[in-house]
Amino acid sequence: MNRQGRPTTPHAAANAASAGTITGNRGLLQEEALIFEQGEDGRTGVDLPDAPDVKDRLGGLRRAGRIGLPGLSEPQVIRHFVRLSQKNYSIDAGLYPLGSCTMKHNPRLNEKMARLPGLGDVHPLQPISTVQGALEVIDTLATWLKTLTGMPAVAMSPAAGAHGELCGLMAIRAALKARGDVRKRILAPESAHGTNPATAALCGYTVDPIPATADGRVDLDALQAKLGPDVAAIMLTNPNTCGLFERDIRKVADMVHKAGAFFYCDGANFNAIVGKVRPGDLGIDAMHINLHKTFSTPHGGGGPGSGPVVLSDSLKDFMPVPYVVHGKDGFTLIESGDAKSFGRMKGFHGQMGMFIRALAYMMSHGADGLKRVAEDSVLSANYVLASLKDIMSPSFEGPCMHEALFDDRFLKDTGVTTLDFAKAMIDEGYHPMTVYFPLVVHGAMLIEPTESESKDSVDTFVNTLRGLAEKAKAGGENLAMFQAAPQLTPRRRLDETRAARSPVLRWKPGSNGAPIDKAAAE
Amino acid sequence: MRYLGLTEADRGNMLETIGVSGIDALFKDVPAGALNPRLDLPPHQGELEVERAFAALAKKNVSPMDVPFFLGAGAYRHHIPAAVDHLIQRSEFLTSYTPYQPEISQGTLQYLFEFQTQVSMITGMEVANASMYDGATSAAEAVLMAQRITKRSKAVLSGGLHPHYRDTVATLMDQTDQPHVAAPVDLAGTEDLSTLIDDQTACVVVQNPSVFGQLRDLTSLAKACQAKGALLVVAVTEITSLGLITPPGAMGADIVVAEGQSIGVPLSFGGPYVGLFATREKFVRQMPGRLCGETVDQDGRRGFVLTLSAREQHIRREKATSNICTNSGLCALAFTIHMSLLGEAGLTRLAEINHGKAVQLAEKLSAMKGVAVVPQAFYNEFAITLPKPAAGIVEKLVEKKILGGVPGSRLFPGDKSLENVLLVTVTETNTEGDMDKLVAALKEVL
Amino acid sequence: MTTRYSKDHEWIRLDGDVATVGISDYAQSQLGDVVFVDLPAKGKTVAAGAEVAVVESVKAASEVYAPAGGEVVETNQAIVDDPALVNRAAQTDGWFVKLKLGNKADLDALMDQAAYDAYLKTL
Repeated sequence: MNRQGRPTTPHAAANAASAGTITGNRGLLQEEALIFEQGEDGRTGVDLPDAPDVKDRLGGLRRAGRIGLPGLSEPQVIRHFVRLSQKNYSIDAGLYPLGSCTMKHNPRLNEKMARLPGLGDVHPLQPISTVQGALEVIDTLATWLKTLTGMPAVAMSPAAGAHGELCGLMAIRAALKARGDVRKRILAPESAHGTNPATAALCGYTVDPIPATADGRVDLDALQAKLGPDVAAIMLTNPNTCGLFERDIRKVADMVHKAGAFFYCDGANFNAIVGKVRPGDLGIDAMHINLHKTFSTPHGGGGPGSGPVVLSDSLKDFMPVPYVVHGKDGFTLIESGDAKSFGRMKGFHGQMGMFIRALAYMMSHGADGLKRVAEDSVLSANYVLASLKDIMSPSFEGPCMHEALFDDRFLKDTGVTTLDFAKAMIDEGYHPMTVYFPLVVHGAMLIEPTESESKDSVDTFVNTLRGLAEKAKAGGENLAMFQAAPQLTPRRRLDETRAARSPVLRWKPGSNGAPIDKAAAE
Repeated sequence: MRYLGLTEADRGNMLETIGVSGIDALFKDVPAGALNPRLDLPPHQGELEVERAFAALAKKNVSPMDVPFFLGAGAYRHHIPAAVDHLIQRSEFLTSYTPYQPEISQGTLQYLFEFQTQVSMITGMEVANASMYDGATSAAEAVLMAQRITKRSKAVLSGGLHPHYRDTVATLMDQTDQPHVAAPVDLAGTEDLSTLIDDQTACVVVQNPSVFGQLRDLTSLAKACQAKGALLVVAVTEITSLGLITPPGAMGADIVVAEGQSIGVPLSFGGPYVGLFATREKFVRQMPGRLCGETVDQDGRRGFVLTLSAREQHIRREKATSNICTNSGLCALAFTIHMSLLGEAGLTRLAEINHGKAVQLAEKLSAMKGVAVVPQAFYNEFAITLPKPAAGIVEKLVEKKILGGVPGSRLFPGDKSLENVLLVTVTETNTEGDMDKLVAALKEVL
Repeated sequence: MTTRYSKDHEWIRLDGDVATVGISDYAQSQLGDVVFVDLPAKGKTVAAGAEVAVVESVKAASEVYAPAGGEVVETNQAIVDDPALVNRAAQTDGWFVKLKLGNKADLDALMDQAAYDAYLKTL
């Protein structure tokens, strides 16, 4: 049932001292109203010419009445969004140790390349002869991805990791169908990302969990017991969500293949092995690659991403349209008419803007640099593990891969929860690590420092966590500090229960935007 | 290597702290023989070398900046104010993660709340989510949502629906062998879908204006759906149209899915774009994707959080309403900023200009021998029929340095009835000179 | 009227032909603040062990299974209007549905209070 165990209403600890300013601002931390509470009629942030004086051809469907959008000048709009930006943490501002998310440096060269005239502004349906450069970008990136993974084919159109999972399962379903083999079950470890079971369900499969061994890997005996003629595939993350390499992965692949099923690998953690290990050498059939993780196209506050899927020989014929092929006059795009393809997954051809960024990143690193990425990310995570193992509680023996997993045993009897510990990190100037995931350990804390950090930066981070762990263990007044954290942020802990019980999902005319008085609200 | 933070000395010290002799000791769980493969890929390069390579690739494309340009069909060229690109590249937006820690993500959360409000307003709906991948995937998710709500399986797809939307829906439905009925291609905009709705129909998906540009009043279709207990899903590929025309919500739509690219997002050869998804409040718990909601913090101050998360994959797993996790956050931000700059007056004026210019070009083309404009009512895009196959004409226009439109055969390959059809789009970026060049060139090649 | 429990933490209490079903106090405490419940339509027939309702907190969502088979004769609108009632009074006013049982023998497979208390100790 509730395996996450975190409070969702703020703790009733003492309020932080109010700044006591007239505005509610605290120096550089400025309060900012909603855009709808600021605008006025008769103002706009764009200058447009008069519309041509023609008789309209709208067939009587002209909009009646106002839309309700506010009018603002350009400086008002800029100030609004700059102030909003100042309420966000970011990788550019500090270490962002979110396990399983790979928050690495996002080079600005990538942004510049994606905006070049001729790349950022081309239309997806231009004649093929006028987009040879764009198709070459896709083809070149595909070559890098196939080489790095040791796989023969790659489907480029999936828009994100979960969309890539969908692509992989659709290809598997098509391959099974082609051999007249209807299968209904997908096996996935209990520690899997939520997207794995959700994707399997979208494809009509039931999901059967596989337990883990005490050392955090797939339990081979349990796997063998679950395999059968109705199993379509296993979905396995490698390195897994506990930050460990599945050392029996080849055995897993053999067992799965022997049962006539396919091996889908969740590539969310590819950063640990890029340039160092080719998943194709391990027996997998499909794997998505999160370009927004491993290849640094930015996360952008939640997207957009891109999730190309590498495919084995047994699946490649079923890949989605469109795809790029080499024709006699250069590159061409197969958009339809492939009877084996399982079909189309989205509009147009894929996340081109992300392809350009990822390719710029790969070219900057080269084969040598990418291998170094894997090595340094694994080195940093193990360094964190070694530096904290005496004071926090690592869930598994090392070495880990690119992320180190801790649980809340070190907080036992302190009254401090994983959530409190994470929130206290915020006051220290850090984004918390991933908390309460994976679900297989209690009060999980998953730390992924990435290769972007200098040793000084990792040392400061480690010392901060050590200090917090000591404070938690010392107890006394410290408990209240943890429970009240964060105190130094634009907002303190938010009432998620209230948000979910009576959802307010948009501004409405008439809501005046005055801060809600807590006493009146309760 | 400029992006890496460790020096050789650091690496040595860190290995010592860990207590291993070399880096490969940390990879000891990797099966024998799989470590350190030889990769046939080039070595690292500096910024200058990478820039040169991309500049060369860019030159192999024809940029819409350099030629008269009339393409649309689901992706539209609009002017993006300079402030948009400046603001979305601020570190705090560009390099932050999904706002799961609300105390240090109020910037992202507040703009998502503003985005949801803007999308609700322009579509005429009660609620909207925090974005999907694109318009086509939004449409597919809408069908699944309609199935959950109605507990029926069949989807009826209009013959005026963009084929990429139609195919994306079909691919997803095929996974669970759900029936879908694609109506015949409807160039003229005269189809009557009400006869295809039965008591197994979960929803009807219709695009307005249609892929051929036809603008329609969907009120009677909405009533027909309602009478049979089916939902009406309206797809909009050109979102600026809603600055001028009656929104789907006012015509009785139950779910509106749209491509938001036209506001703030560059063409970028087809992606990333931003899927809009709006519906009625009573259906909110069946929605896919993230939702941002208003609440208060510990001190009683207004703040925002991701909410109703029990619908989502990270909590509900195989019973989630969708598998979507990463969405189109930064494109949603671009949309919100551009929409804020436009405001009521700007969006309305922009839409008037688009429509006015399209009417001008339609009149010029109608006056040509052998050319006919198909839709009676349209916004900024319309199909024309030519006396010859459109694909060949488009190639000839390329030789004259004009990107003249999207041939019907590109979207509906193999459909003979659309061989001579060309889709032409006009936006505020087209000058009268562009239009005259197109008309003159067409006269030469027809 | 004895209360019996399922391993999925539903309780059921028979009064005449009609049994009241809810989630246990342990279940509500594990869920945390309940924010939403989805109840079935009256007249629906459910088999023992089948899903009869859904309960959501901010951080979790759980199906409520019918501890015994029967027809839904009444649902509790009070917990729809005020989901917090499930937290405040899980085993009394925060009930979910009333079932007209198809086979009272279904109850025999369930735990009594002592057995449930012992079961909770094993979790």
